[in-house]
Amino acid sequence: MAAAERIEIKTDTGTRRFWALAASFAPLIFLLVLMAVFAILEPRFLDSTNLFNVMRQISITGLIALGMTFVILTAGIDLSVGSLLAVSAIVAAGIVKGSAGNTLSLDPDAVSGNPWYYGMAAAIAVGLLGGLLQGLGITKLKVPPFVVTLGGLSAFRGLTLWYSNGGPISGFEADMRWWGQGQIGPVPVPVIIFLSAALVCHIVLRYTRYGRHVYAVGGNMEAARLSGLAVDRITLSVYVVVGFFAGLAGFVLSARLNSAEAVAGMGYELTVIASVVIGGTSLFGGSGSIGGTVVGAVLIGVLVNGLVLNNVSSYIQQIIIGLIIIAAVAFDRYVKTQRAV
Amino acid sequence: MTTPLLEIRDVTKRFPGVLALDGVSLNVAPGEVHGLLGENGAGKSTLLKIISGAQLPDSGEIVWQGRKVSIASPFAAQAMGIVTIYQEFNLVPTLSVAENIFIGREPRGFGPFIDWRKMRADARAIIERVGLTVDPQTEVSRLSVAEQQMVEIARALSIDARLIIMDEPTSALSQSEVTRLFAIVQRLRAQGVAIMFVTHRLEEALEICDRVTVLRDGRLAGVRERAGLTIAAIIELMVGRAASELYRRPERRHAAGALRLCVRGLSTTPGSRRLRGTPLHDIDLDVRAGEILGLAGLVGAGRTELARAIFGADPIASGRIEVDGRPVNIRSPRDAIAAGIGLVPEDRKRQALFLQLAIRPNFSSASLGSFVRAGVFVDEVAEAKALENYRQSMHVRMTGPEQKIANLSGGNQQKIVLARWLELKPKILIVDEPTRGVDVGAKAEVHELLDALAASGIAVIAISSELPEVMAIADRIVTLREGRISGELQAHEATQARLMSLMTLSGQASGGQPRAA
Repeated sequence: MAAAERIEIKTDTGTRRFWALAASFAPLIFLLVLMAVFAILEPRFLDSTNLFNVMRQISITGLIALGMTFVILTAGIDLSVGSLLAVSAIVAAGIVKGSAGNTLSLDPDAVSGNPWYYGMAAAIAVGLLGGLLQGLGITKLKVPPFVVTLGGLSAFRGLTLWYSNGGPISGFEADMRWWGQGQIGPVPVPVIIFLSAALVCHIVLRYTRYGRHVYAVGGNMEAARLSGLAVDRITLSVYVVVGFFAGLAGFVLSARLNSAEAVAGMGYELTVIASVVIGGTSLFGGSGSIGGTVVGAVLIGVLVNGLVLNNVSSYIQQIIIGLIIIAAVAFDRYVKTQRAV
Repeated sequence: MTTPLLEIRDVTKRFPGVLALDGVSLNVAPGEVHGLLGENGAGKSTLLKIISGAQLPDSGEIVWQGRKVSIASPFAAQAMGIVTIYQEFNLVPTLSVAENIFIGREPRGFGPFIDWRKMRADARAIIERVGLTVDPQTEVSRLSVAEQQMVEIARALSIDARLIIMDEPTSALSQSEVTRLFAIVQRLRAQGVAIMFVTHRLEEALEICDRVTVLRDGRLAGVRERAGLTIAAIIELMVGRAASELYRRPERRHAAGALRLCVRGLSTTPGSRRLRGTPLHDIDLDVRAGEILGLAGLVGAGRTELARAIFGADPIASGRIEVDGRPVNIRSPRDAIAAGIGLVPEDRKRQALFLQLAIRPNFSSASLGSFVRAGVFVDEVAEAKALENYRQSMHVRMTGPEQKIANLSGGNQQKIVLARWLELKPKILIVDEPTRGVDVGAKAEVHELLDALAASGIAVIAISSELPEVMAIADRIVTLREGRISGELQAHEATQARLMSLMTLSGQASGGQPRAA
């Protein structure tokens, strides 16, 4: 009797451990299953050129998703990222080209503006400033993040259109385009930027005091305040972080397309937030990781790519993506409840 | 003996790795007040969940009014006439008192429309029965913890329950409110309603219960009639060994040292946006090194508000605070911590713990700066090592620093919160309800800990709504009433009666009543 009981308890612990392990890798398992399915349906999916292509495609929204992870960890949200990307990109392009006018010239020699690093600095500066303003609105005016960034979504888009008069600013020098189109060995530059930024963000969140504070504020704001944390400053900072990444992503996107479009980044907030949430970060704050976000971003990229390779119409793609977002999070939740029991 | 109202026969419930209930039997007669006692982890919660339909037993029988039943859901339990009032409130904070009482059972007027007038009138009648003096239209979020609990009780009363299960109903109530609750319990008993009463406060169990069932390690430790039962006997059943007494008054009395904290003329503004609760008026307070100062008062007297004001958690309107003779300007908890003040808040889950996180980051949340290397990186090894020291000295029962804090018992969680503050080496430590939701064994340990802290030269301010606890741990007791200091006693002069009279002093008309919203 006693022996039987002991064995039973042992298996129980084994199952528990299995689910605990499954819970921390749920998004990854989901991704691998998806990749296996696509590989069977269409062997070209696994070609290295195709996989690098997927990675290049996700690097823009992936960069922003890194910043969004900080925001969502504090139980916040930023809906303005697509518009903030656009305004950063357009201002950067204007500075590089030396004119905010509707320049349709694609001849690099006709450019009479500034070198690429002016553009990069400008894009990041605009992103930081946009994030700072929204962060101040959230912490000083006490307006909920959803509302402030919904306002930002509209206002930054309007600024972009106003600045560029609605048109694109196109045609950059080769050394600027390198940031979006270049490769180091076989690896596209945007992918390298994305993965190194992910590594830095992972280290910051996992190993630094600031990272710990972000989790604390999101986990229990009152307890964080009573622990002496500068809750407002930390909350403000995450919007600056996501602003930084929106600016950087804007620069990389312009470089890749050789053009800053006034309508760039529309709807990116969906992809970005979905990447973070699919990656297992809780919208209620306090739990999640950069690793999860990277997996979430790749998962969306793989999904789009796999559907394109299988000639699924872009209309149906949207339906499938929507359903997969829900399925991935449902799977994550299911696995977590299994562990909790 | 008549047919029992509820009979539990040989119930077993197993969770992964834990046998939570092992062949437990229990019966409750109609109109009986039945105490369910046991240390944390003894199986009380699991048994409650089974009776209230939140969980199904693995084996065993439940017999309700002579018929074998299976209670599949909390809704089924309620339909049968079993209502449970949980420790964690089940109220919708944004709705009114009346709406909360009748939630899901709103009186209908014409067609689908709610008969608001009837609802308010009915609500008023019910809350009067529990002695609550608020307008039924008051939003629940504006009520104090005690008032919210009374709304819970009112809601249970409004459902025609045959068995009301109360899980720690008195833990948030002051002495006078407990008295009032017990009067209600007596009335219900007279009407034939059975009450199952779960509490850590053994004096209360003795006072109100007809019989008690004691659980230990998931097994039935014993069932006793009240007649002839003593606290010592209950404790013996609970812990399985003889315990000398619940609150052992320690022999030592600290020789008070230098003045550590000096508060003069502290007031808070009523109606300030950030301020909840009772406004404070002109508070003067001195606390010396090595002393434990007890703060006593009814709910709504301003005990917690005073703690929060000193700690900078709520804004103060006027007054000055000196630490070690130097004036300090405290505008936030951050300032208070920099000045050497720590606060163990009253509501552990909402105000102190990061429940998704492991024990290690919970421990170091206030002292993270001292574990930082190279300006930014947290030295997790040093963190774990510091935590390990506290684990040993405080006898924290945990599997390791990476265990989730949510999986610790209340007592062990509280030790981690205390460790959080001790790591900062505070000059002044304020503990608000340090043993709320903590079982008997751990309670004594927390008391010993506070004693040791005072002995090490920290000025300790201890707040408790249990007078015996204040009397057992404090060297000196200051009483508050309606936001003002109403008296002061040395520990050796203090009796419950004297404290009560100081707490309710100055006319019986207003005295003793908690703040009406």
